[in-house]
Amino acid sequence: MGELRLMKGNEVIAEAAIRAGADGYFGYPITPQSEIMETLMARKPWEETGMVVLQAESEVASINMVYGGAGCGKKVMTSSSSPGVSLMMEGVSYIAGAELPCLVVNIVRGGPGLGTIQPSQADYFQAVKGGGHGDYRLIVLAPNSVQEMNDHVALGFDLAFKYRNPAMILSDGVIGQMMEKVELSDFKPRLTEKEIIEKYGDWATTGKPGTRNQNVITSLELQSEIMEKRNQHLLKKYESMQQDVMYEEIMTEDAEYLFVAFGSSSRICQKAIEIAREKGIKVGLFRPITLYPFPTKQLKERGQKMKGILSVEMNAGQMIEDVKLAVECKVPVEWFGRFGGIIPSPQEIVDALEQKIIGG
Amino acid sequence: MAELDIKDIIREENLVYKKSTLLTDNVMHYCPGCTHGVVHKLVAEVIEEMGIQEQTVGVSPVGCSVFAYNYIDIDWSEAAHGRAPAVATAIKRLMPDKYVFTYQGDGDLASIGAAEILHACNRGEDIVVIFINNAIYGMTGGQMAPTTLVGMPTATCPYGRDISLNGYPLKMTELVAQLPGTCFVTRQSAQSASAVRKCKKAIRKAFENQNKKKGTSFIEVVATCNSGWKMNPVKANEWMEKHMFPFYPLGDLKDCEKSPAEEYNKYMEE
Repeated sequence: MGELRLMKGNEVIAEAAIRAGADGYFGYPITPQSEIMETLMARKPWEETGMVVLQAESEVASINMVYGGAGCGKKVMTSSSSPGVSLMMEGVSYIAGAELPCLVVNIVRGGPGLGTIQPSQADYFQAVKGGGHGDYRLIVLAPNSVQEMNDHVALGFDLAFKYRNPAMILSDGVIGQMMEKVELSDFKPRLTEKEIIEKYGDWATTGKPGTRNQNVITSLELQSEIMEKRNQHLLKKYESMQQDVMYEEIMTEDAEYLFVAFGSSSRICQKAIEIAREKGIKVGLFRPITLYPFPTKQLKERGQKMKGILSVEMNAGQMIEDVKLAVECKVPVEWFGRFGGIIPSPQEIVDALEQKIIGG
Repeated sequence: MAELDIKDIIREENLVYKKSTLLTDNVMHYCPGCTHGVVHKLVAEVIEEMGIQEQTVGVSPVGCSVFAYNYIDIDWSEAAHGRAPAVATAIKRLMPDKYVFTYQGDGDLASIGAAEILHACNRGEDIVVIFINNAIYGMTGGQMAPTTLVGMPTATCPYGRDISLNGYPLKMTELVAQLPGTCFVTRQSAQSASAVRKCKKAIRKAFENQNKKKGTSFIEVVATCNSGWKMNPVKANEWMEKHMFPFYPLGDLKDCEKSPAEEYNKYMEE
């Protein structure tokens, strides 16, 4: 049993990063995630593990510091919230193009624009479909508890290095700000330059010894024939990520109806299931944990047996598109959500199920 | 007198100069007369002479020198437009014993990357910045740069830079010299043998500063872009000397013996 603590989701991200053996964090303050950098600065991990923590001049600089650090083969990360993550999208595209591993944490707030500082899931499209330019994908993890905020830091780094691809934790202001019991991970030491090469290969910009060719981190390729090959290579890599798909099913065995929800919405759906089942409505929950790769096959299998599906999201209906694609529109799929920083109540979700699916 | 055979001349003992082993055999894409090739050569020579090839990481920009990694045989990170100082910051902080430098043009450093360069210099990042100022966007076809001189025509100010429309040329080197984080700030050129020698000395000094943890070393090289300026190389050099040098005067602006922290403490006491 690891160390048990009562902690805020944001604080846990910081603690988990140190324990995962992260080499560097580069960030810029923005509500509701500033506790991540504040916790790191107070913890002073540079004295403990040598981890670099730097407050950058902007999110643009933060993500480009991540680009530089990741290019050295280091375990580096940044965190921000929606408007700040938008600013990072150029850098994220470059990181995906150069095939560098890194972790980006988005504690989502309501938008568009400056929007609100209250929680939201409105950055689903940005995280899952692109956000930056060009054909690329992020590995997207959606924790729904403070415990998973802890677990997904090490997992995010592992997947990022496995695929040499940026990974994102798509959380929101609810999980970032709430306190829960958490079992912290054990400390993993930071890797030395030699260990990095042994574990991940000799591609990083650490200075060119006479024994190898130069290493160049770039996403630039002017010859279309070669660029297309690179695109094909990326596409194949993204397809192979399916083997790491993660999801959770709750009370789906006897279910006639299904909630599909991720992150904090899925927690509210668990309460909604209790209320609905007291009324005799057999409803279960399908929760994608990896939003990319999306558990399309698994949702198809479960979803097509249902009488109807309600996609519950704290946005104007984004994941519902992937839900409909998964079940190939063979089952009625409706959306219910609140947005602008409003969190739906369990009763509202049950009402929506009755009105839009059962009565609809 | 018997005619000399070329083979008698090209002998080990007669060699006074050779190409740096760090310069690759790739044919440079730069236009004839361009300053980039000369400065690339100087950077390669300094790294080789200091014997630091295995510890050096370069950060190339977006602009004509985007392919710098094709010509100098060291590890490189190719940064997004303007972001080289941020990329270099992380590389140096995560690997403090390496030598890290950025190589940037005027559009990259003085326009889109103005925030990154100011803050990297202000933090006193222990890096070298090489800033090629030819007062124009070369790669995209000769548009106005922040350093374009007043009255100078470009593709986006075809009637000459107009202050009322485009504002004033930006003196980045004077700006960063004001920051306590910089230790060595100089403006050089590379149009003549003596200028090339001085420029190389400055680059060498900047790289040597990195060992001493003194802060940022910043070298501007006032350069020509004869294609963008629509002049032949000789005319471009003459034009640079006549018009660029009075506005961008050559020489050291700052050369501190002490680290930025020491300098700052001294300043606060005064």
